[in-house]
This record gives sequence, structure tokens and C-alpha cells, in this order.
Amino acid sequence: MSLDIDMAEIAQLFIEESMEGLDIMESELMNLEPGAADSETMNTIFRAAHSIKGGGATFGFAEISEFAHHVETLLDEMRQGQRAVTTEAVDLMLQSVDCLRDMTSTLSDGPTDTTRAKELEIQLETMMQHASPVAVAAGGVGQKGSQDAPAGEPADDNSHVGSWDIHFKPHADILRSCNDPLRIFRELASLGELDVCAQGAENLDFEKLDPEECLLAWKLSLRGDISRGQIDETFAWVQDECELVIEPVGDATSQDESNAVDASEEASAEPVAAPASNEPAPVKPVAKAPAASQESSSIRVNIDKVDALINLVGELVITQSMLSRFNGDYDFTQLHILREGLTQLSRNTRELQESVMAIRMLPISFAFSRFPRLVRDTGNALGKQVELRVNGENTELDKTVLEKIGDPLVHLVRNSLDHGLETPEVRKAAGKPETGVLELNANHEGGNIVIEIIDDGAGINKERVLSIARERGLVEPDEELSDERITNLIFMAGFSTVDKVSDLSGRGVGMDVVRRNIADLGGHVTAQTETGKGSKFTIRLPLTLAILDGQLVRVGKETYIISLLSIVETIQVGSDMINKVAGSSELFRLRDEYLPVVRLHELFGIEADSTNIDDGLLVVAEANGQRIGIFVDDLQEQQQVVIKSLESNYKQMLGISGATILGDGTVALIMDVPGLIQLFHNKGGKLDMPATATA
Amino acid sequence: MTALRKQVDELTSQAAEGDAAGQYLTFLLAGEEYGVEILRVQEIKGWDSATPIPNTPEHVLGVLNLRGAVVPIIDLRKRFELESIPYGPTTVVIVVKMINDGHERTVGLVVDAVSEVYKLETGEIQPAPDMGGSINTEFVRGLATVEEKMLILLEVDEIVNFSTIDIDESEEAAV
Amino acid sequence: MHSVLAVDDSASMRGLVTYVLKQAGFKVVLAEDGLEALEYARNQAVDLVLTDINMPNLDGIELIRELRSLPHYKFVPMLVLTTESGTDKKMEGKAAGATGWLVKPFDPQQLISTISKVLA
Repeated sequence: MSLDIDMAEIAQLFIEESMEGLDIMESELMNLEPGAADSETMNTIFRAAHSIKGGGATFGFAEISEFAHHVETLLDEMRQGQRAVTTEAVDLMLQSVDCLRDMTSTLSDGPTDTTRAKELEIQLETMMQHASPVAVAAGGVGQKGSQDAPAGEPADDNSHVGSWDIHFKPHADILRSCNDPLRIFRELASLGELDVCAQGAENLDFEKLDPEECLLAWKLSLRGDISRGQIDETFAWVQDECELVIEPVGDATSQDESNAVDASEEASAEPVAAPASNEPAPVKPVAKAPAASQESSSIRVNIDKVDALINLVGELVITQSMLSRFNGDYDFTQLHILREGLTQLSRNTRELQESVMAIRMLPISFAFSRFPRLVRDTGNALGKQVELRVNGENTELDKTVLEKIGDPLVHLVRNSLDHGLETPEVRKAAGKPETGVLELNANHEGGNIVIEIIDDGAGINKERVLSIARERGLVEPDEELSDERITNLIFMAGFSTVDKVSDLSGRGVGMDVVRRNIADLGGHVTAQTETGKGSKFTIRLPLTLAILDGQLVRVGKETYIISLLSIVETIQVGSDMINKVAGSSELFRLRDEYLPVVRLHELFGIEADSTNIDDGLLVVAEANGQRIGIFVDDLQEQQQVVIKSLESNYKQMLGISGATILGDGTVALIMDVPGLIQLFHNKGGKLDMPATATA
Repeated sequence: MTALRKQVDELTSQAAEGDAAGQYLTFLLAGEEYGVEILRVQEIKGWDSATPIPNTPEHVLGVLNLRGAVVPIIDLRKRFELESIPYGPTTVVIVVKMINDGHERTVGLVVDAVSEVYKLETGEIQPAPDMGGSINTEFVRGLATVEEKMLILLEVDEIVNFSTIDIDESEEAAV
Repeated sequence: MHSVLAVDDSASMRGLVTYVLKQAGFKVVLAEDGLEALEYARNQAVDLVLTDINMPNLDGIELIRELRSLPHYKFVPMLVLTTESGTDKKMEGKAAGATGWLVKPFDPQQLISTISKVLA
């Protein structure tokens, strides 16, 4: 850490830490079973609040510190077992956590709004007033943390300011804590004129002397205008490791005269000087901390990941030196070494790539962590009983993806709570357990992450979905759709099954926005449902936005890349399997569906090897619940490609999501399947064809 | 007469200001010599075939890999609606930095050949007259005469307008 | 220049302590928890240890106890800087061999003066 580290940076660290602490408090509070407080959990919660209070005061965020103090006081009582852990208390704590979070996140924007904090403080106070019997017996509330500052012990002769006689006989082992009496004497000498007289030296047996023991006693005489508090402070840490007698010297009259003035002086001086004072002595408030963005741009990396990276770089250097031998004198006998070196290089590169990507990877628990709370609150608001089960929360994915998947997930979870799960009465009547189950699963599948949101609610009413879709003109009146297609109609723009706008999920944002957000991340979402049994939403996402698992396809001289995520299958069809609809669009039959043929060479205006459908391949790709067959000349290899934006030096193009650089240094364009569909549509291709087999 | 002349001079020199003075890299295009501000030039590289981007105007040849960056390549002859010629050994790509709407882009310009670097003072640069349609005046920053030759100084940022590039032009190109 | 081994699991606290100590002319060695501090201390001597109490892996009191068993740390002053202010904790700390106890939030001036005193 460099010397010129800015205070603002340190304060920013405090903000980040506090946010983490609040997350811990929240999740641990959720773990608390009312009535039975687990002491470890309570301690964790308490410590987090305590740190926020302490840090807040240190960094000059008095509002935070003050409010955290109230929270801490109540927590301390619960921790000490003086107060029962009730649902009300936990609720109040959770609200306080929210409030602290709001306050913390706006710290850098200027003065904190304390309205909410004040309200909650009153509620906290009120709760404390209802002192449980234990709390009364323990002697009041709120002072526990600060009463034992050693310097604060008032003595009878506290008011005496003047000279003192001190008899000090430390215990033999006082040196073991490095409390050298000499240091204490030096400190006393700084207060006034000090005479020191050692006692007990005559009894020392130098033969058996243990230099680590202190066997002397001292008689000290301190002259000056010194208060008892100043002396107490000096001996504060050793007072129970010694025999200590402190007596005032001098006449009583002069003492009285000086009382009025000195008492106030003492009072003001003490909090600053006392080493163990609990009074916050804040550092100057930090004027301008960098904005605490919710999407924090820094990343905390486990040291193991960094070490792995360093090791790999080390290996790369070895490979490089091995290969550099071929620089000048090339000899065919060394061919095998060259080949070996290249193999090693490709392994190094692959491993390095994986390690670098791993640095950006974070467990999905960061996105899942908000759900226990959300499910609890939403369930309460709706009068539904919900059990949340979370699996695979350690599944890692790219930080950027993680940050952007949060909102769609919240929407889907809310949707399940709101529309999926039934009230206890309804569930009981249907012969189901009164408590509904909401399951969140995450796992890796190939290069993708799959997230499932499963509820055991009523399921999606397909008849109703279909009738609404017809009503809104999303489906032709006579069109017949498979169950799967119907279910996924809910993701279409302009579709919403809510009759009355709910407070929870009906916020003007439909499932189409969820689908679009997920599509923006290069993923897709599908729904499955069974009436009366529940629904399952499956989100499939790339692990990272920087690299894509691509299928290279060739059309004429051009190579394009299609994300493996969007490819359903690749088939070869004969021209006899193609139907022409309305003279323009070609359709081919894939099992029970007719899919339009999208001819890339026509769409892109390029030369293909052949325009005959028999000569090429159809890559069946899916986007937004629509499938198309992309006609290409040939498939090439599958490979991971690094995505480069086309926009950074050119502009966004419909149907193209970016570009990449292939092994030979040439640029290949990456297809955007939803964009291709739109492009196809714009160019007069017809997509709204009957989707069910008529053949 | 002289007073009026002086006024005009002042006006034109003011108009040509906006640091038009400076060093210019010149290149040849269909027999004319053009100049671009040297500070905008990032590098000059030989012509290499680009990956075409579908549905773009004809003057957008495609994209090239420039040390890991994907850079669009513009054929200036086509951009200026001049007669196209086959690319030869002197054909080069001048990689320049363009700023449109606050967005900085790196773009390659294909020209017939590079020529010289000239240092021009403000007084040596005249405002562009109407070029009679062959070159849109908005590309032109001004004219200068050096060694009896006329230089056409280009306004780099105006060569390609990325916000409108496909709207009217590509419709034609696409059909 | 005196060296201080500062141990705290909070990055902001480490930052603040470093800032304050370096300004006062100390050389600062940082550790994120007791274990890391102990690892360092096994091979390196410092003039003073400043440690937090509540830390993962090895807490501050354990750290002090372990350090005191190292010959080269027997007489090194060890200050505790913590949010804990309970008497029990202090007694525990003292028994382990702590030289002094400072309660967070701390006043930078006070931290420096305390450290200077015990190093004098």
C-alpha cells in the first residue's frame, strides 16, 4: 500500500465493507429461528453491526454510526440472551439493515437522509422500553459497551488537582506484557515533577534472579497540577497487575479554590486523552468519496486465482525460451522439440485463458443472496407460505453476466410468487401442502450456466394464455400451437396475463423484458408448466460475455460464427422437403413444425457455392421461441471465440452481434440470430406461418 | 479596394482557423493530392483484403484486424464517387482516428498512394470553394498550394458519417 | 524507523492504520488475519504489533499468545485495536500478553501517541 493512498479511497473501502457486512447481517438474520437464537449467528450479526458503527465513527459518518449503535444495542441484548429473538425484532432488524444500506450507498452523495433512520430509531427505542425481565435485572440497556473504560473510574478524590504520592508495586510478571514500569514513570514525569524511589532491591537474590520478572516496588512523588484522571490513565492497563495506592498531597483549601475551573477542564480533556475511551474520535469527514456504484467496478479476486495465473505465466516464459532457441539456427533434427514447444504453447494459452476468465468469475450466490429476504417479504405481503430451496449457489459465472442477471431473476421469482404459488387455503383445497416450494437451481452445462426457477404452484393456464394471445392478435384465430409454444407466448411483447396490476410483479414490466434482458446477455429463457403441479423457468446463459462457444459456418468465401447456444441442430434437407409459401418464403418441415429457410447468401448479398438446398446444410437456430433454418454451404469447426465489438470502430449492424479474429488473423462476423430473424422479416420473408403440421 | 481586400482576408483566415495550420500527410486519389492532419494518422499499412460486412454501402469494404482491433475499411475513391481502379502495389490503407458525436473510431482509408508530409501555416490555407459536385464540400477543410500543386485538405471527421451510413445509402446497396 | 506489524481483517482499517502510521514515520507491515501475521512474525522481527481481535483463522488474542511464545517477540509491545471494550476481553488480552488496548473508533493522534509511548 503506498503512502499517498487517499483517505477517500479508504473511506470507499469502508463503504464497500459495510455493504458486505450488511449483506451478511441480512442473510444471517434470515437464518435466525425466532425463539431460538443460535449464539454463533447472533455474534456474526452483532459483529457486523459493531464494525459498521465503529468504522462509521472513525470515518466521520456520524449518522451511520449513531443509527448502527441503536441496532447494535438491541442486538447485544439478544446476543447476551437478555432479549428473546422475536419475529418482530428480526423484522425491525431487517428494516434497519435496509435503512443502513440506503444510508451507506448514498454516503458519497453528500448529507445523508436520516428521516427513515430516525423513525426506526424510535421503533428500536420502543422495543427496548418493553424490557424483558432479564434486561431489567441486568441493569439497563445500551450502556454495556462503554461503561468499562478503565480511565473513567471515578474516585472519591477525583476533584483534587495538585500533587500526588503513589505507591506502585507491580506483580512479578508485569514485564511479560511489555509494560515496562520505566515507561510508566516516563509518562508520569511528563505530567509534573517526579521523584522515584525503588524499594525491595535489598531482598533480591541475584543468584536466582529471573530477568523477566519484576520484583521491585516504587514510591513515587509527583508534584504539579495533576488530576487523578491523568494518573489513572497512566496506570490504566496495569492497574490489576499491581498494588497501587494513589494519595493526594497538599492542603484542602487550595484544592477547593481550583475545583470549579479544573473540574470542567478535566471533563473536556479526558475523552481525548483516555486510551480506552469509547467516545468516537472521528477522522475528518471525507469530503468526496468516489461514488459507490451498485455495479462496483472493482473485483475481489481470491489469491489462489492470482497465484495460478502467475504460475501459468511462468510456464509461458519457459515455453517461450524453449521456442526462442529456434530463432537463428533451425535444424530439422530439432523438429520434435519445436512440435513439443508448440503443443506446450497451445496448452499454456488455453490454461491462461481459462485462468484469466476465472478471475472474472463469481459465484451466483451473489445474485441468489437477495432471494431469502425477497421471498419472505413477498410471501408475507401476499399471505402465502413459501419455502425457498437454493441449489448450486457456488456455480460461478462472469461478473458482468452476474450483475445483469439479477433483475430478470427477481422478476421471475416475483412472478412465481405472485402468479404461480397459491394461498394456503387454495393449496389445501387442492390437496397440496399449505407451504409452497420455490426452488432456485444453478449449474454448469457445457460452457453455459443453467438457472432454473421452479415452483409447485398452479401452473400456467394455457387456455387462458392462448385466448389472451388471440385477443391481442399475437396468434392467428385459427392457428394451432403446441403446448410448449403456448406456454412461451408469455414472453412475447404485448402479453400480460395480469388482469389487475399487482403491487409485486405488475410494474409495467412484462416477461418480454425478462426475455430481452436475457437475450442481451446472449442467453434465452423458456417456460414449462403443468397445470396444478407448477411451472419451471429455465435460463440458459453463456458463462461470460467476452468469449462465445461458436460454430463456424461457411457461405462462399465468407466464414460466419453462430453461437452454439442458439443452435438446435444442423440437418441436411432435400429440395423435395421444401414448401414454398405465397411464392416467396421457403418452409421446411422439422417434425411437427414448419420452419422458414433463411438463405444467408441472399440476406447478406454474397456469393454462395451453391444456391441449391440439396448441396448445403440447414442450421436450425432458435431465438425468442422462433426457429429458423439458416442455409449455409458448410459447417466448419466449433471453437471458442473472443467477441470484439463492431460498434467500437464502426456501428451496430442488424443480424451481427460482433466480430472475432480467427487463427489466421482474419476477421469473422458473429451472427445474431434474433437480428437475423428480423432482417429476414424486413426483407420480405414471412415468419408468421402456421406452426403446426398440416401435412 | 485594399481595405475591403484586407477585411476579406481577415474573415477567411478566421474561418480557416480552428487550428487548420499544422502538418498534413498527403495522398493521391485519381490524380489529385489530398491531405489529412497528421495528428489523426495512426499508421499506414499495405492493402489487405477485408472481411465484408453485409448490407453496408459500397464504399465500406469491410473490417480488418488491426493488432486485435476490428477496424472498418473505407474505399475513398468509392466514397468520393470517383472511378474505381484495381488495387496495385502502391495502394495503401491510411489508418486514421475519426471523432463523430463524441465517439472515437479507428478507420482505415484506402487510397491510391501516399505522397508527402507538409507543414502548412494558417495563411496558406484557403477555404474550400464549391467543388462542383464531384466532392462534397463538407469533407473539405480547405485548399492549399504547395510547390505549385493544389492540396485538398480533408475534414477527417466528416469522411464517414456513422450515424447515417446505412439509413439512406444501404437501402440501395442492399437491394 | 520503527516497524509496526498491523493486523486487521478489514481492508479499510488496514488502509487507515497504514495511512496514519506512515504519516507518523513508521514502517508498516500488514497482515489480514492472525495466521498471516504469525507466519510473517516467525521469520521477521518488528518493533511493535498492533492487532484487531475479531479476525478469521486466528484471532488477535490467540495471535498475541502465539507471538509471546516466540523468543524474538517476547518483549515486543503488542497493542490491541478493536471494537471490543468488554472487561472480560481485556482481561483475556492481558493474560495473553497484550501491552495495551485501544478501542475503535480511534483518534489517529491518540494511536500515534500511544504507540510512541510504548516504543519510547
